[in-house]
Amino acid sequence: MTDVWWGVLAVCVGCYALKLAGLSVPAVVLEHRFTVRATALIPVGLLAALVAVQAAAGDREVVIDARLAGLATAVACLLVRVPFLLMLVFAAAATALVRLV
Amino acid sequence: MSEHSPEQSPQYDREADRAVVRDALGVGIGVGLYGVTFGALGPAAGLSVWQTCALSFLAFTGASQFAFVGVVASGGSPIAGALTSVLLGGRNVFYGISMAPHLQVRGWRRWVTAHLVIDESTAMGVTRPTSHQARLGFYWTGITIFLIWNVTTAAGAIAGDAIGDPEAIGLDGAVAAAFLGLLWPRLDSPVTRTVAVVVVALALLLVPFTAPGVPIILGGLSAVALGLVWGGRRDD
Repeated sequence: MTDVWWGVLAVCVGCYALKLAGLSVPAVVLEHRFTVRATALIPVGLLAALVAVQAAAGDREVVIDARLAGLATAVACLLVRVPFLLMLVFAAAATALVRLV
Repeated sequence: MSEHSPEQSPQYDREADRAVVRDALGVGIGVGLYGVTFGALGPAAGLSVWQTCALSFLAFTGASQFAFVGVVASGGSPIAGALTSVLLGGRNVFYGISMAPHLQVRGWRRWVTAHLVIDESTAMGVTRPTSHQARLGFYWTGITIFLIWNVTTAAGAIAGDAIGDPEAIGLDGAVAAAFLGLLWPRLDSPVTRTVAVVVVALALLLVPFTAPGVPIILGGLSAVALGLVWGGRRDD
């Protein structure tokens, strides 16, 4: 098996195990105040980091390129509540157009 | 298990049930359709069509799937991608906990139901006034998304595989937009907005000094530290 397949397998097993844990583990263990506080912000942190890296990371350097136009378009779309799928189409189009210029 | 109050007529219940199912189908179809984006991004990141489809079928949790593909696309190792993905999947534990009292599932039913525990099914279930309606919202949303998400993933992956050069059509810009779209509804408090800004700065600072994928994992973990500092202040 290739490295990518191992990664895919780890994602599948890990994500399913977490879902099953939520339905199986007694609530008191995980509703402990410390656990809730420690984990509440993980999705925000990871998604913010993913936005930053996806929009501006190159090969070990920060680069400003057409992707930023896509991100700016996405912000505009989110502000006026454009549906998710349409927002992605606009963001892709903006990125591709700026790249052509 | 359902908590129908005596003054509610069966007629009223049926109408309320139908409204729950209608909402669930609306959300399920809308969300399910954007599986096509995930499908298209898989081959763009270097995954095969089968690997892309396996993620939608077996992992079935959108943000985590996007995270794995995003890290691999940006040059990160599949293991760094998996770590980011599973960390992000951690929120499903809390969804499971909040749905468990309504679902009351044991044995093989719990194993199957667990797979449907995602953002949208929980959101459409947990807000209902009765456990009966919570189950309706949860299962109708979860099953609808599962079916459509997998079909659209396959369609997107086959199309993406045929397109070849994903950057020519701006797909890399769309990935950043997708993550922003997932992040946006969470930026509803000063705490989450501050965390997002701090993490963006931290991740970009780390880019020149660390392997691809590492800034994302460290960004997510730094949110744990910020959560312990600020979460407490907000609670007290």
